[in-house]
Amino acid sequence: MSDLAGATKADFPLLTREVYGQPIVYLDSAATSQKPQAVLDAMDAYYRTVNANVHRGAYHIADIATQAMEEARAKLQHFIGAASPREIIFCRNATEAVNLVAHSWGRSNLGEGDAVLLTHMEHHANIVPWHMLAAERGIELRWLPLDDDGRLDLRHLDRLLDGVRLVAFSAMSNVLGTIPPIRRIADAAHERGAVVLLDGAQYVPHMPTDVTELGCDFLAFSGHKMCGPTGIGVLWGREELLEAMPPFMGGGEMILNVTTEGFLPNELPWKFEAGTPAIAEVVGLGTAVDYLRGIGMEAVRRHDTSLTAYALRTLTERHGELLTIHGPPEPAARGGVLSFEYGDVHAHDISQVLDEQAVCVRAGHHCAKPLMRCLGVVATARASVYIYNNTSDIDQLSEALDRVGDLFGPQ
Amino acid sequence: MPGLEDLYREIVLDHYRNPRNRGELPCPPATRAEGFNPLCGDEVVVYTDLADGVVRDVRFGGQGCSISQSTASMMSVAVKGRSLEEVEKLERSFKAMMSIVTDGGEVAPPADLGDLEALRGVVKFPVRIKCATLCWNTLAESLHS
Repeated sequence: MSDLAGATKADFPLLTREVYGQPIVYLDSAATSQKPQAVLDAMDAYYRTVNANVHRGAYHIADIATQAMEEARAKLQHFIGAASPREIIFCRNATEAVNLVAHSWGRSNLGEGDAVLLTHMEHHANIVPWHMLAAERGIELRWLPLDDDGRLDLRHLDRLLDGVRLVAFSAMSNVLGTIPPIRRIADAAHERGAVVLLDGAQYVPHMPTDVTELGCDFLAFSGHKMCGPTGIGVLWGREELLEAMPPFMGGGEMILNVTTEGFLPNELPWKFEAGTPAIAEVVGLGTAVDYLRGIGMEAVRRHDTSLTAYALRTLTERHGELLTIHGPPEPAARGGVLSFEYGDVHAHDISQVLDEQAVCVRAGHHCAKPLMRCLGVVATARASVYIYNNTSDIDQLSEALDRVGDLFGPQ
Repeated sequence: MPGLEDLYREIVLDHYRNPRNRGELPCPPATRAEGFNPLCGDEVVVYTDLADGVVRDVRFGGQGCSISQSTASMMSVAVKGRSLEEVEKLERSFKAMMSIVTDGGEVAPPADLGDLEALRGVVKFPVRIKCATLCWNTLAESLHS
């Protein structure tokens, strides 16, 4: 077992708190990660010593604020192997990034008769924007199905790609943890002339990420799932695509000139960053990237995989057939996201009972209702791990599940 | 924290395990309404057969947590055979027990909630209040459709 967590748990102030007099067991990082002290300090220092609006002030602290923001952009660029900082668009989160693509690229490239290929394991953030576009533009939505182990079923990929202009899919499922064969799908899409959008909300925080190796054209991710603050995320796009796209939102920052007759859009990346950006959050996310690079994303992935393997083994041994864990059985094929059912107890009741023992897991449809329907459930409980979790957290989850059986088991 | 025994009272778990009035009614003459709790994915369907201002029969279906399903079961027992006026009084009384103020802050009239009294502890778990009120909102929709 990796010793990563022992070295990092102490970096996260929230994890030292107690809940109901017991140490917190935080197993909901797929929803949002905790924040290391370094990120909190960076944001605090920004407000205490630098705070000024960016890009237009000729005074000292405005210049420092602008530099801080653009340095963070460069950190994000290197973190995902992007060719240029011009390809890093700051937005609120992965949801906004997908909406940006749908609104800007989608509206200027898709029309009646065009198809968008999605999968059955998408988060609503990568479904609803396309439904909205379909209602407006009459495009067709197609769906890649899943097999019984929660892997994408690619047998009919070629047929499904016929007439497809965009393939948009999750690089790691937020429910099943499934990591699809990204490159294979991207290559097949490109052979047909389609553009590839990856939802990296779960993938980027947990995996070494290189956009060239992934072979995608757009990548959307959120800062708050990767040790950064809420309210900041990134859309990466290939420069020539971004250049050709019209602006998303209009306002300050995104223009070069405005007259009573019209406007001239700014150059990349600011063309897509209307209004005062979330500067402190950008600084915080840049620090989160430093923190993760300090650990090393290869080490993060090894840690997640070994802890997931431990969890699959431990939970199955203790709870046997009472417990159903969804998704691919091999840890190497998945991220550290474990959606499970316990007997016929509803997920909401499971999480309520676990909460009594200070164990934080999510319950519900996880913003993936089409996937819930494929699984034949209305909700699942979901435990998810990150760098600060260790085997003791998994042991406590496993023990806490006994109480679910006590309360709701056969009488 | 409030103890789980406040939430999962024996009578609540009994209605969850052995739901009363679970099923469907032919529509028409009955009417049907669906309710969703986007938080946990709970779905409830309520069928009501109303004649001369009296709830002659009621059935419910759907999937959900112990609180949403047991509340639907207890509610079905409580409203069967009652007049619309009595049902409304029960609903307001139940929602008052859940700390939900209706009708511009007016104090809900006391009503005999029967088994539903066992859900009093839900108010200590604010996230679960929606589970307990889902079926009441769906019932109102069914009665007024």
